[in-house]
Amino acid sequence: MVEMAAVGEDTITRPVTVTVNGQKRSAEIETRLLLVHFLRQTLGLTGTHVGCDTTSCGACTVLLDGVPVKSCTVFAVQADGHEVTTVEGLATAEGLHPIQEAFREEHGLQCGFCTPGMMLTATALLRENPSPSEQEIRWALSGNVCRCTGYQNIVKAVQHAAAALEEGR
Amino acid sequence: MYPASFEYFAPTTLEEAGSLLEQYGDEAKVLAGGQSLIPLMKLRFASPRALVDVNGVDGLDGLAEEDGALRIGALVRHAACERSELLRGRFGALGDAAPQISDPIVRNRGTVGGSLAHADPQGDWGSVMMAVRAEVVARGPEGTRTIPVRELFQGPFTTALEPNEILTEIRVPDPGPKAAGTYLKLERKVGDFATVGVAVHVSFSNGSVQQAGIGLTGVGPTNLVAEAAEEALAGSALDDEAIGEAARLAAEAAQPHGDLRGSEEYKRNVVRVFTERGLRAAAERRSDG
Amino acid sequence: MAVTEDDVIRGIGHSVKRQEDERFIRGRGTYVDDVVLPGMLHLELLRSPYAHARIKSIDTSAAAALPGVVAVVTGELMAQHNLAWMPTLSGDTQAVLATDKVRFQGQEVAAVVAESAYIAKDALELIEVDYEPLPAVTTPQQALEAGAPVIRDEKEGQTDNAIYHWEAGDKEATDKAFADADKVVELDTFYPRCHPSPLECCGCVADVNPATGKATIYMTSQAPHAHRTLFALVAGLPEHKIRIISPDIGGGFGNKVPIYPGYVVATAASLLIGRPVKWIEDRTGNLISTGFARDYHMHGELAVKGGKISALRVKMLSDNGAFFADAQPTKCKAGLFHIVTGSYDIPAAHVETDGAYTNKAPGGVAYRCSFRVTEASYLIERLVQTAAYELGVDPAEFRRQNFIQPDQFPYTSATGFEYDSGDYEKALDIALERIGYADLRKEQEEARKEGRLIGIGVASFTEVVGAGKGSEYQIAGLRMNDGAELRIHPTGKAVLKLSVKSQGQGHETTFAQIVAEELGLQPEDIEVQEGDTDNTPYGLGTYASRSTPVSGAATAMVSRRIRAKAQKIAAHLLEASEDDLEWKQGRFSVKGAPDRSTTIQDIAFAAYTNVPDGMEDGLEGVYYYDPPNMTYPFGTYAVVVEVDRGTGAWKVRKVVAVDDCGVRINPMIVEGQIMGGLTEGFAIAAMELITFDEEGNCIGANFMDYLLPTAWETPSFELAETVTPSPHHPIGAKGIGESATVGSPAAYVNAVVDALAHAGVRNLEMPVTSDKVWAALEEVGLAQ
Repeated sequence: MVEMAAVGEDTITRPVTVTVNGQKRSAEIETRLLLVHFLRQTLGLTGTHVGCDTTSCGACTVLLDGVPVKSCTVFAVQADGHEVTTVEGLATAEGLHPIQEAFREEHGLQCGFCTPGMMLTATALLRENPSPSEQEIRWALSGNVCRCTGYQNIVKAVQHAAAALEEGR
Repeated sequence: MYPASFEYFAPTTLEEAGSLLEQYGDEAKVLAGGQSLIPLMKLRFASPRALVDVNGVDGLDGLAEEDGALRIGALVRHAACERSELLRGRFGALGDAAPQISDPIVRNRGTVGGSLAHADPQGDWGSVMMAVRAEVVARGPEGTRTIPVRELFQGPFTTALEPNEILTEIRVPDPGPKAAGTYLKLERKVGDFATVGVAVHVSFSNGSVQQAGIGLTGVGPTNLVAEAAEEALAGSALDDEAIGEAARLAAEAAQPHGDLRGSEEYKRNVVRVFTERGLRAAAERRSDG
Repeated sequence: MAVTEDDVIRGIGHSVKRQEDERFIRGRGTYVDDVVLPGMLHLELLRSPYAHARIKSIDTSAAAALPGVVAVVTGELMAQHNLAWMPTLSGDTQAVLATDKVRFQGQEVAAVVAESAYIAKDALELIEVDYEPLPAVTTPQQALEAGAPVIRDEKEGQTDNAIYHWEAGDKEATDKAFADADKVVELDTFYPRCHPSPLECCGCVADVNPATGKATIYMTSQAPHAHRTLFALVAGLPEHKIRIISPDIGGGFGNKVPIYPGYVVATAASLLIGRPVKWIEDRTGNLISTGFARDYHMHGELAVKGGKISALRVKMLSDNGAFFADAQPTKCKAGLFHIVTGSYDIPAAHVETDGAYTNKAPGGVAYRCSFRVTEASYLIERLVQTAAYELGVDPAEFRRQNFIQPDQFPYTSATGFEYDSGDYEKALDIALERIGYADLRKEQEEARKEGRLIGIGVASFTEVVGAGKGSEYQIAGLRMNDGAELRIHPTGKAVLKLSVKSQGQGHETTFAQIVAEELGLQPEDIEVQEGDTDNTPYGLGTYASRSTPVSGAATAMVSRRIRAKAQKIAAHLLEASEDDLEWKQGRFSVKGAPDRSTTIQDIAFAAYTNVPDGMEDGLEGVYYYDPPNMTYPFGTYAVVVEVDRGTGAWKVRKVVAVDDCGVRINPMIVEGQIMGGLTEGFAIAAMELITFDEEGNCIGANFMDYLLPTAWETPSFELAETVTPSPHHPIGAKGIGESATVGSPAAYVNAVVDALAHAGVRNLEMPVTSDKVWAALEEVGLAQ
């Protein structure tokens, strides 16, 4: 259970149970609570970021049942009974996910704000298309905005991760 | 960034969903992909009292070819369309359009049915579905009815659907064994709305045009059909002259509004250019089965 | 472990992987919105829907009564504490919360503090403001017309909308050269209003703790020390009781240099309520109210005599918005715009600017502009391009013929800048070779016959960064110096504390590399700390590409001081004379007896256990660097585009960027900065725009209207370098952060113009959108 902000009579809440990074998390939340705020505020997972207010930038991207979605444009109640993966769920006990290593190796991040969303979208791409071309990578990432890198090293990072995952197979 | 409060329902059957809509009337909105509705709610341009989330209702996400026609469940995501082999060849207009809608992440949630029900004049599916002469199936308390997409849009963000109706399916008729189509979209960047979009869908018989469909995005109060251009193409050989004439007529049918994306004259010209290019491509593809 | 002979010290020149990435790739960065304090409240701002209106009344009773609302703050309440207005960095005042009038759409009018941001937003809707709309002034031309509504009628003595008039250069010499000229080339161009738009919006968590009397403010700040001093002056809080913590920042680009009303209101609210208050703006707030960039109307003229540029004359009109809040050295009303002679040897120049108030958000100096150098560089590169066409000379050749020559450095420009070093022709040649210039000109010719339009654009920029002598350059009176504090621990590790603040530039790595180079430690043995005013030296922060020129220099200098002391300790340990010692890679050895040596690690330990008599313990120091001059990075960018004659849309086929920023500390990071800047330059040239209708409604206040390119639109870049060290910088480095944003917009625009120039087109205005290109094609009969 999670503490609630002071509520009035008009507050409408629902209990939800969402599996986040493999762990079942339950809370009583407002129906209007966005998934990104559920993750950041209710669960304290601040790796998912908010960059805009028009569903345009992709900084809030998470995987919902393995599929990239903009968590600012999904209500937390819609994730009830579903699985969410955030950046915090990429590394395992064995170590960093190849995509994380790749971003560091290829200088695919500068300020780091778009990075969690970028990496999650990239992992979904590589699962569906293990050997994407540069054009395919740019196309797949066209919902994630970056202001710092100019994207070129991000593309290299995804190619690096693709090769690493291929090797690990 | 923070929507107003609402009652939330997640029915698992169409009956349940329907009775909720009946109960709340125009104070309820159907929540499908949410990629148009939720942004409006976050800016508080929409504050429905109740949301009826239909994502859990079975049977609304099928995508199949049946007797040469297409049946697309209302909840089919744009991304599924982007990946489907069915939407190439004869249904190329749909296959061309799907990857150009919004951006790849939004496409994972947004639905074809939701897009049509939202009726944004800058929405892509509306023009495509009009070009392919599709119809939608709507379920209300009195039963189901079909509405040709060409009769669906009544104004910006306004459709012929009643508040208590749910769109369940889109049916694209068989265009015949030889057909081709394209969707050309001019956008300033991925994720922007169309400056201009043109959907072209041509059925051929004995080498000439049996029927043509031309839908226009972003150049009117709703998605538009270039009827005069379609009529001019019927029976033609789809040669340069016919293409040029149809393109000219399509530009005339547009009702663009000058804005930051371009002047009226500019947008009209893009309609002409895209209609021409789309028809040329259809002509080249006419041998595809 | 000491470094052995075989180890390479990964100091200057190494592409060391970044230390900071560890937390970012795990999603464990701490950005301001990640900060959560016990009892924390949330603040949301109510913004004006009107560009210009009198406030007749504000009724906050319904908002205050909403459950979960703790306070509603208006300008009236702030005025009671003398906080309704605050000073700006340019000597003007700015409203914190509006009292008499609102002066731009989006201006802050009231604030709600509540238990959650959701409730605060609910309460905002319940605040009733009675506005009396006034006519809006939406262009500087309109603003300066006789009889225009006076925007700043609250300012004593302000009877119109003029802010300043400023000149640089020699008018007489310039006029004479123009009178003498063979040809005069003119260009009227507008650098539109755009916005740095970092992905993380601005915000703070203000915690004024009643128990300790200390105000801790977590803040998106590129200049925490300067902000602390300003807070002390504005809020009347004693400076030693203010702690500004700038944690991880999700991009700055100049957007996080000014002090915004949200920071002040949150701090005041925390002070009054006694609980921490978080304010995080939304993207609309960021775009509509925070420090925008550019909005410069420029008229430039080049005088040409004997095929060479003999003079430059510029008249500008600056749209500064409702408050003059430019973050720039105080004496520079137009920043460093007068660098506008660029890479060219121009004997005479005169620059004139007028600044005007308009009913728009305040600002102008931001977005990787190096204090208006973006505007200057754009103008000269577009002028030179135009001149080349008018004279019938190849644009690259015309530049070459007018470059400042290597033997002319240090070069004093016609407007008084002393350029430290440069070799412009070398960079141009590399760019032309890599882009395949000669072949491209042939291809362009052939393509025209086929009805295809290809364009090649070149820009050879020189910019000026870092900011110079403290006696000449101050912001709000504070000298533009910066510092570095270095301490070596007994076990040979080090901590380096800086007065600057990275927002993604990699300081935790690059500055460690400077120390590594000077002291022979590996970079991972050095922890770099920035951003907390409680434990870093004083300085003016990171913007204007100044961190390496200023704090980087300080870091080298303090390292050398420490090495000098280390040498004394080494002499003591080795029982030799200081003069008999030589230094190599972290080790002092006796000349001629290399086995008699001691490592920096051993010396560090000795600094706390075995110092010579009379010497103070420890191995540390602090250095405040007063730069003797600015530094002058330069380069040539070349862009190839193809234009669609049916739609006017243009696609970039290739970009070659040759940059010279002097010595490169970390080539990987330098290249990252360049690519980021080339992308922002592309965005500015192609799609970014904040504009207003006649009523002053802002178009471009969200990402549906303010367009940022994605990986799909953004071209790929081929990078090359030349290295011409700065002679006056301790490590020869110049700074790189802004070069590409400064130099590249003209390259892109020149390319598109070049595609149409054969038909007589000379200019296209930014953003060069497809409809504008098509209109130009129409006009010259090239449209399809």
